[in-house]
Amino acid sequence: MTRFLLPLAAFIVLVGFLAVGLNLKPREVPSPLIGKPAPVFQSQLLHEPERMLASQDNLGKVWLLNVWASWCVSCREEHPLLVELAKSGIVPIYGLNYKDKRDLALQWLSQYGDPYTVSVVDPEGRIGIDYGVYGVPETYVIDKNGVIRHKQIGPVTIESLEKKILPLIKELQG
Amino acid sequence: MSLDLRNTCNGKQLILLLIFVLLSPLNWAKEAMPVAEDPVLERRMIALSEDLRCLVCQNESLAGSRADFANDLRREIREQMQANKSDKEIVDFLVARYGDFVLYRPPVKPATYLLWAGPFVFLLTGAGILFFYLKRRRKQIEEPPLTEEQHRHAEALLKEDKGNNA
Repeated sequence: MTRFLLPLAAFIVLVGFLAVGLNLKPREVPSPLIGKPAPVFQSQLLHEPERMLASQDNLGKVWLLNVWASWCVSCREEHPLLVELAKSGIVPIYGLNYKDKRDLALQWLSQYGDPYTVSVVDPEGRIGIDYGVYGVPETYVIDKNGVIRHKQIGPVTIESLEKKILPLIKELQG
Repeated sequence: MSLDLRNTCNGKQLILLLIFVLLSPLNWAKEAMPVAEDPVLERRMIALSEDLRCLVCQNESLAGSRADFANDLRREIREQMQANKSDKEIVDFLVARYGDFVLYRPPVKPATYLLWAGPFVFLLTGAGILFFYLKRRRKQIEEPPLTEEQHRHAEALLKEDKGNNA
């Protein structure tokens, strides 16, 4: 009997491994920056190039840093959710306009709505490198002490908002 | 014989001609820019980025990928090399931002023990199973002892066989 049961058991274990492997998302590389201080940046505002925003200005509040670009297709997917979230006033969303052209970015925002408290520009992707950005969109949850608590790779979805991001924000704000 | 330009075109025409020639867009074309100013540094950059993974197209190295992201990171590596950073400093810089996943050769640490030792564990397990299986099988096919009667019968058969051959 074991003659047949053993290979069957081995096969089931193998299928289990393959099933887990198939459902992993290799595109979502865990960020080593979670739990670490958010990299400091200072950059021009998208709307007012003569003004600068430094990341330290946001110390003391919980905020989201959303990496976006007008050329990014999946940014459009998450955008209505961000607009809703901004309207709710739960958390300020700061935009990092990644490797974009100012006129295209401004046009994009006027077309799809602007959920951002402000957007800062990163035309060469240097701030992006510091944050470990490798795909757009990405969203970081940063706490009052300026520590990155969560990184959403790819578009924000209703599910990720409800299950992870909103509860985390509530906890961090509390 | 000297060429008298005044016979073929006057001064004004010559100046106009010169202006057109100098302003023609063909003259603005420059020689193709070299990939990098410093070929030695470029070779070092390529050698280092061969061992680094492009996170956008994950089966390609940073050296081989045409993704914009890889391009940016190559620029970053190049700049850090120009700033006299060592290879290790540059790799640490990238690992701090993108994690061990950026390395094609993951470091040996508790999280990767299984990865590094796994193949050897499988090899040893397989060898062990094979060893015990063969040992058991040898016991199974050991010749069963013959009874006295079977012995005599066998000898008789053998003799008979010899008689036939003779």
